[in-house]
Amino acid sequence: MLSNIPYLVVVALMVIGLYIILFKRNLIKLAMGITLLETGVNLFLITLAYRHGEVLHAPVFTSMILRNDTTFSLPTPHALTLTSIVIGVATTALLLTFFMQLYRKFKVSTTDDLRRLRG
Amino acid sequence: MSFYGSLIDNSPAIIIAIPLAFAFLTPLIDRFLGKSIRNFWAVLGVLLAGIMTFVMAYEVLGTGNAIEYVFGGPNGMDFPLTGGHPVRITFYVDGMGAFMGLIMAVVSMAAVIYSVSFIKKFTGGEKYFTLLFLMLAANFGMVFTGDLFNLFVWFEVSSVAVCGLTVFRTNRGESFEGAAKYLIYCTIGGLLLLFAIGLLYGEYGHLNINMLGEAIAGSAASKGLIMTDKIVLGILVSVFALKAGSVPMHMATPDAYSEAPAPITAMFVTASQAGLYALFRTGFTLYGSNAFTYANDTFTVKLPDLLELVHVAGWIIIILGVLSMFVGVTLALVQKDIKRLMAYHAISQTGYMLLGVGVGMAVLATADFTEFGRTAMAGGIFHIFNHALYKGLLFLTAGAIIYKAGTRDLNKMGGLGRDMKFTAVFFIIGALAIAGVPPMNGFSSKLLIYESVFRFNPVIGAIAMLVSLLTLASFVKVFYSAFMGPKKKEMKGGEVPNSMLIGMAVLAGMIVVFSIAPSLVVRSLVDPAVEALTGVAGDTSRNLTLFTGEGAWNTIVFLGAVLMAVIVALILHSRGQKGTVPKGEGKKPYLWGNPTEIDGRPIVVPGSNVYWGFTQALKKYFDPMDRLHSGLINEYVFWLILMAGIVIATLGFWGVVF
Amino acid sequence: MERMSPVVRTVVKIAFAPMFAFGAYIILHGHLTPGGGFQGGAIIGSLMALYLVAFGATAWKKKLLSGLESGGLLVFIGTGILGLVSGLMFYNFLADSDIPIFNEAVPTMLGYTHSNWAPLWTGGTISVMNLAVGIEVIAGLTLIVITMGLFAFEGKEGG
Repeated sequence: MLSNIPYLVVVALMVIGLYIILFKRNLIKLAMGITLLETGVNLFLITLAYRHGEVLHAPVFTSMILRNDTTFSLPTPHALTLTSIVIGVATTALLLTFFMQLYRKFKVSTTDDLRRLRG
Repeated sequence: MSFYGSLIDNSPAIIIAIPLAFAFLTPLIDRFLGKSIRNFWAVLGVLLAGIMTFVMAYEVLGTGNAIEYVFGGPNGMDFPLTGGHPVRITFYVDGMGAFMGLIMAVVSMAAVIYSVSFIKKFTGGEKYFTLLFLMLAANFGMVFTGDLFNLFVWFEVSSVAVCGLTVFRTNRGESFEGAAKYLIYCTIGGLLLLFAIGLLYGEYGHLNINMLGEAIAGSAASKGLIMTDKIVLGILVSVFALKAGSVPMHMATPDAYSEAPAPITAMFVTASQAGLYALFRTGFTLYGSNAFTYANDTFTVKLPDLLELVHVAGWIIIILGVLSMFVGVTLALVQKDIKRLMAYHAISQTGYMLLGVGVGMAVLATADFTEFGRTAMAGGIFHIFNHALYKGLLFLTAGAIIYKAGTRDLNKMGGLGRDMKFTAVFFIIGALAIAGVPPMNGFSSKLLIYESVFRFNPVIGAIAMLVSLLTLASFVKVFYSAFMGPKKKEMKGGEVPNSMLIGMAVLAGMIVVFSIAPSLVVRSLVDPAVEALTGVAGDTSRNLTLFTGEGAWNTIVFLGAVLMAVIVALILHSRGQKGTVPKGEGKKPYLWGNPTEIDGRPIVVPGSNVYWGFTQALKKYFDPMDRLHSGLINEYVFWLILMAGIVIATLGFWGVVF
Repeated sequence: MERMSPVVRTVVKIAFAPMFAFGAYIILHGHLTPGGGFQGGAIIGSLMALYLVAFGATAWKKKLLSGLESGGLLVFIGTGILGLVSGLMFYNFLADSDIPIFNEAVPTMLGYTHSNWAPLWTGGTISVMNLAVGIEVIAGLTLIVITMGLFAFEGKEGG
């Protein structure tokens, strides 16, 4: 049961993120919602990495030697998470730059006003 | 090993490395060697990548052997099919990947050559080419990769690069709006994709697509299909349909398409098609192709559960395709902005590809597959290449029109055909091809789709033909508004610069080649792609005549017949009475009996009024559609989430509840 | 951008060296401990952001930074392409080779009682790529911060 708590946090983060994206009209809040969603997915990947009772191949988490413990962490999901964080930084920076430029051009800060392209 | 052999072995990596190296060297070359060298450098880079792709595709499609590439391994490292924890990135290029790579190479060549003159009046050309090369690398990466996570990375690189390019004209605020909406859409899609990859990794411990496919089949054989398989299939179908721009996840696509510079929009089409490729990869390599074996023209179904899941997914793709075709083309009819109109047509044409391959998925491993399913898939996949060619050409001509007219509003332009004769010819080639008028290449692929889909379901086949008619109607409107009519005073005269013409000519020439020998293209390019996806070899008896199962199509015979008809007409004409030149009122254009001039100025019907009666009659359809495309990004995301939810629920509860 | 108060500037001056050392440590130990080019680069990038906030953005050379960005990425992709000479793309041709750049092999962990202990001069191309990525990330993040900071300043001035 206790080991399921990270998954519950993942679900909570993703739901909050989606809620913000769907219902908040402020552009900065929108970017925050996307970041929250991304955090949820990253936490999901990290949580997946912990395995019990498998043979140690990974040079990352070496508590087996120190504490004679068979829990270990797979390196691949960490690599995935790291890549995803890097991509997240790029997209968030780009998105915020777009929002700043939109504010400069049109003085808009909500999605309600951001409706020039439609139909 | 010979140089050529090692070149072939390393070709997937080299094709990615060339655009990346050229991308990062472009700013330095621009700073130290000047703009003209930079332009030459960009063209050189895209030509090198293109030549490498041709060499690789020749090898892959010719021999039928897929190229497997393990990054970071020693020379001659084998594909690690033994399992274990995945620590290396792998590329896997089979017939489908090489086919898609060819599309990317051809369109990017045309786009870069076109860009040389196109961006002369803008600053920041070095950033433009850097991002363009990054986008090209991302497109190549998406279609070459054999690793699901790598696919996600290229997906995001492609989104970021294309959004950066969409805002190239920083003076237009609208471009920021379109790019921001598309980026939000793609980011949410990408996060859902990453979530699905996490689910698969947690369940099976693999990231390699082929190994994952075997793992899913193995688990389905031992303990039946589990919920994870179904949910992941649902997420992947929705996400890749979003990237491909299918209705109802298309909302941000026309915004970004219409705001990007013209050469970028042409490449944007191929980026969307990479999403389509990933969708087919998911449907077949990841799920479908492990559920059956094919030998001696008979299918042996090993995993009926998995196959049924794929059939349901095929039906979902068919429904998405029909929606895309119909909604796209009807919304295109009412557009005033020339690029937005073409963007909706791109969505509509995507529907054909979804429909063709969806039919293949829906009848996979049944007797119908060899009857018409294979033909439908060949039509859908052939249409991908045709679409990239003619839609790329049309976007480039739209760029040329905007370049000269200075406006993108169809109502404000006119008379461009008097000066831009080459552009007008290229536009006609593209418009005839997109409308599927014989003998163009669009007709050959659509014929394959019509005839096979008609046997699958007559109603869907009829809708596909109706959409083609509406497409033609819509491009008649564009041609009328842009090229015909009196010349506007504020328009600049003359033809566009030579490099833009060459860029368009590359694509137009390819269209002509594809139109003359569609059967050879299908045999040498499309059939290997279908075989790579399904394991079922194509019809080997194809020669110059394209057999569709129902009928046949031969461009040369058709052109001969047209030639005969023209000769007969000329003979009849020469025997007729001479000197019947119209006089008086007969010289004036006929406009419903109304006066043709008011205050000495000729009357022109604006483009948006051409189909006024039609849109008024269908007001009950267009008004809600207009309200749905509200421009509100929250609502757009809602449609995405709703659609993903419906797809996941359908797949997840199929056989349990339904 | 304006300079901030002397308190902020003094704190940044004091914190500069340790933060830089920590970032460099993370970059250089990328092949041994958790971390690497991006993480260390992000630490130094945040240091640059602090510096910009404290001392203003006008003193920074954008051209140099974008040159560094291209250069870092070029070194990265160049190392990958050089791998083609003796293996496949991104082959670790430096490890166990005669070229004296990080050329010692990484020892396996199982023989050591302390976790994550290994000589720094190991890793081959991984260390080179970590350095390249570190430089790229420092330049890129600083550029982002400068662009956004200058925008905020201009926006305020322009009303």
